[in-house]
Amino acid sequence: MSNMAGSRGGKRNREEADKYSVLLPTYNERENLPLIVWLLVKYFGESGYNYEIIVIDDGSPDGTLQIAEQLQKIYGDDKIVLRPRAKKLGLGTAYIHGIKHATGNFIIIMDADLSHHPKFIPEFIKKQKEGGYDLVSGTRYRGDGGVYGWDLPMNYRSLFYVNSPVFLSSRGANFVTQVLLRPGASDLTGSFRLYKKDVLERLVERCVSKGYVFQMEMIVRARQLGYTIGEVPISFVDRVYGESKLGGNEIVSFLKGLLTLFATT
Amino acid sequence: MTKLLEWLLGVSLVGVAWGLVTFDLLDLQLPAAYKEVAWPMPVYLLVVFGCYSLATIGYRVATFNDCEEAAKELQAQIQEAKDDLKKKGLKM
Repeated sequence: MSNMAGSRGGKRNREEADKYSVLLPTYNERENLPLIVWLLVKYFGESGYNYEIIVIDDGSPDGTLQIAEQLQKIYGDDKIVLRPRAKKLGLGTAYIHGIKHATGNFIIIMDADLSHHPKFIPEFIKKQKEGGYDLVSGTRYRGDGGVYGWDLPMNYRSLFYVNSPVFLSSRGANFVTQVLLRPGASDLTGSFRLYKKDVLERLVERCVSKGYVFQMEMIVRARQLGYTIGEVPISFVDRVYGESKLGGNEIVSFLKGLLTLFATT
Repeated sequence: MTKLLEWLLGVSLVGVAWGLVTFDLLDLQLPAAYKEVAWPMPVYLLVVFGCYSLATIGYRVATFNDCEEAAKELQAQIQEAKDDLKKKGLKM
C-alpha cells in the first residue's frame, strides 16, 4: 500500500478532479452493508481518491435501509448517498437509477455481499489511469485472480456444475463463451467493474438482458462499440452471509443470452 | 458482422476449400495423395479442436487459484469492522 501512495504523488492534481461513485444495489443485505461500507471507507481513505457510495435499496424487508441511514449518520451524507426504491426492479434499472444521482465521473459497480473486496478498487483506478481505459473489469481467471468457497482446484464443481452461479463462472462455461464470442475480456459473468460514467450510461441503454447475461452483454457490447477494456485480477470470496439469490433457471437464461449475443453482436 | 456470420463465413470457406480438393471441382488434376489427405480433414480438425478444448479447460481447472488467504483476510477484517462500527454507534 505504501509504495502505491508514493508512486501516485506526482499526478495529484489531475486525480483530484476525478470522483468515483460506487453503486451498491442491495436487497436484504443488512448484515453485509455495514461491512462493505466500512471496507470501502477504509480503502478509499487510505488511497486518497474522492468518492461517494450510492446505496440503492429495493425495499428490503429486513431493514437494510435503516442500517444504511445509520451509516449515513456515521460517515456523512456526502459519502453515503441513499437512493432507495419502493420494490425490487432489477439490476439494469438500479444502475440507471444510480447513475442519475451519481456526481462522480467514474462509476464502480460491485456486489454488496462481500464477494467483491474493496481493496481492489485502488488497483482498478490505477489500471484505468495507466491505459486510459473506458472500463476496467475484475477478472477471476487471470494472474493472481481466483475464487474461494468452491472447493477448488480439482473438485468437479470447478469444471461443470449444475447449479448457478458456480456453473456460469466455471472454466467450462467460460471457455465456451470465449470461443463463441471472443469478447477480449477473460471474465464475462463477473460484476466488479469500473466504468467511465458516460460509457456506462450508453451501455446500460443498449443492454436488455437480466442477471448474469446482463454483465456479459455489457462487456460484449462495450467491445462492439470499440471501448477499451482493462483487467485487474481479483479474488472472489463466495457469499459470507446469506444465501445466493439466483435460481436454477439462470443457466437456461444464460445459454439463451449467450446464443442471442452470438447471433446479434 | 455478427459472431454468427463470422463463424458461418469461416466454416463455409473451409468447406469450399475442402470440397475443391476432395472432389477436384476445378479439374486441377491434383495428385491422389492430396485427396486422401483432404477428405477426412474435417473430422481431424474436429478431433484436434476437441482435444485442445479439453486440454485448455483441464489445465485451467487445475490451475484455478483457491484464494484461502483472501478469505482469511476478509474474516479478520469483518471482525475489525464490527468492533469499529459498534464503537461508532451502529446498532445492528
